[in-house]
Amino acid sequence: MAAASTENAMRSSGFARVLIYLILILFALFYLLPFGIMLINSLKPLSEITGGNMIALPRDWTIAPWLSAWSTAQIGVEPTGLRPYFINSIVMAVPAVLLSTIVGALNGYVLTKWHFRGATIIFGLLLFSCFIPFQIVLIPMARILGILDIAGTTPGLILVHFVYGIGFTTLYFRNYYAAFPTELVRAAQIDGAGFFQIFWRIMLPSSGPIIAVSFIWQFTNIWNDFLFGASFASGGGAPMTVALNNLVNSSTGVREYNVHFAGAIMAAAPTLLVYIVAGRYFVRGLMAGSVKG
Amino acid sequence: MGFLDINNVTKSYGAVEVLHKVDISVEEGEFLVLVGPSGCGKSTLLNMIAGLEGISSGEIKIKDRVMNGVHPSRRNIAMVFQSYALYPNMTVGQNITFGLEMHGTPKPERDKAMADVAKLLQIENLLTRKPGQLSGGQRQRVAMGRALVRNPDVFLFDEPLSNLDAKLRVDMRTEIKKLHQKLGTTIVYVTHDQIEAMTLSTRIAVMYNGYVQQLGTPKEIYDNPANLFVATFMGSPAMNVLTVRLEDRNGALHALTTGADGQERALRIDNASAAYAAYKGREVILGIRPEAITDPEGADRNARNIQALTNTVGVTEPAGADTFVTMTLAGKDCIARMRADADVRSGQPFDFAVNMDKAVLFDPKTEDRIA
Repeated sequence: MAAASTENAMRSSGFARVLIYLILILFALFYLLPFGIMLINSLKPLSEITGGNMIALPRDWTIAPWLSAWSTAQIGVEPTGLRPYFINSIVMAVPAVLLSTIVGALNGYVLTKWHFRGATIIFGLLLFSCFIPFQIVLIPMARILGILDIAGTTPGLILVHFVYGIGFTTLYFRNYYAAFPTELVRAAQIDGAGFFQIFWRIMLPSSGPIIAVSFIWQFTNIWNDFLFGASFASGGGAPMTVALNNLVNSSTGVREYNVHFAGAIMAAAPTLLVYIVAGRYFVRGLMAGSVKG
Repeated sequence: MGFLDINNVTKSYGAVEVLHKVDISVEEGEFLVLVGPSGCGKSTLLNMIAGLEGISSGEIKIKDRVMNGVHPSRRNIAMVFQSYALYPNMTVGQNITFGLEMHGTPKPERDKAMADVAKLLQIENLLTRKPGQLSGGQRQRVAMGRALVRNPDVFLFDEPLSNLDAKLRVDMRTEIKKLHQKLGTTIVYVTHDQIEAMTLSTRIAVMYNGYVQQLGTPKEIYDNPANLFVATFMGSPAMNVLTVRLEDRNGALHALTTGADGQERALRIDNASAAYAAYKGREVILGIRPEAITDPEGADRNARNIQALTNTVGVTEPAGADTFVTMTLAGKDCIARMRADADVRSGQPFDFAVNMDKAVLFDPKTEDRIA
């Protein structure tokens, strides 16, 4: 009796299901529309765009705009294409993401499993850093980068993003580890494991979902950041976002929209990729941390 | 000097003392159970033996070595946790040998120790699995294996059976007892389940409010409780507690109470100790276990003083092996434990047989035993 009624509840009428899927597919297409326009325009010659038809598929398919955006387009004063700046962004984002994740995990571990006087206050202060607007720290940060003699360099940007990310990563890991059974840490202590052994052998291997969350969050933020990139890196040291802006906003010569579209997709591709690869962990990790804490 | 000495140990959090001057000496091979309701300090005491909590004053010695301030891993103890605390990312085999690895034991020795323990606990076929793939009983075995493999001086168990279902709990209880008899290890075991305490232990420490109320063998605790708390905490169903009046009748001491009809009932006390005299003519608390109140045929043949008591039967609860019968004495429900086939009908008068050899008296003010 009960089984039969559940089945009925599960299989709502066929018509409603078709309708739901239809609406969902329509919305998906609607949200994909801008990306689709970008993609098709990046694959046609400039003459077809200036000819006035942006929506149509290319008549002559070409990857010339992509090659141009990647290696020959004029960025600022140099015709280098986006490649060096793409590499800049990778060199900046990867260490900054790794460092802030590791330090966040350590903070979360200490704040939840090694109680000390003032832990709550320190966590509160770290949390506060999540809410400080970027603009406020620009000038003090410039001063510090100057003192450290890494102003205008990629290591400088790594430091900025690393420090700015600690607040978020600590929040994630603290909440995740708050739900992590303390008995495991005690068992490991009795087994003779030290502070870092417990961290590496017990805590980190069980932190997959929250590491994914931290990676995605940090990578997306750091890769997409424009303000710090524009403020603290100049010329050849600029990240992808700044270079893309320089490509699109150049005031000389013909505006090569097809090249601009190709460059924009290149700038967005890594974050898209990260979401597609690790996205399913994102929701799971966020939920895991939020149940207790 | 025992094997494990707990000397005048106290624990305070700030100004609040949660454990007051605990003094227990455990001999080698003993199975000591710390039992008490939640918040009585039993787990705190266990964690202090393990070194997971600091000692505010007093000292804990294992094999005559003072353990205050010694790191848990250097006390040569092993602990089984309530949640088992198996490392979820490691296989069963890795879980068992993690402690040895941390202590720098070479791999061949670790593997041999693991094989021995796996054989002892019959978990050889589980060694490559992850804890998440095990049932509750299997996890329990692995947790014990992890403790056994280190061959520690003292085993500490923190409510290890409370996460298991009723049947498995009884099975594992027997297994722990067998294991103890086989290995002869020293065990300190925390539980709130008085049946576990009675069945497993060689000695029990009943704790309440941060005090050890009584320390003794299961039989001492059960038959001669030191105070009202111990009397009512140990035993299921709980000991019947009646307010009675002590008076001399026909040259013998009697405990007077009232039946369901409001009429007086008198129970003669033969084994009166000298201390009883001071309470003559006053109200005291009489404790009597359900199994000491039976039908006349079911009464203990070796008992010397069986008093007949006629009273109206309240409810009968057949439990299979026994039948529990309630009746009203002094306005309170009083439980009797009878043979399964005793002919008792609710609402009818019945001749109860009360084994007064087993009755104990308590002071109504201090709640201490009168003896």
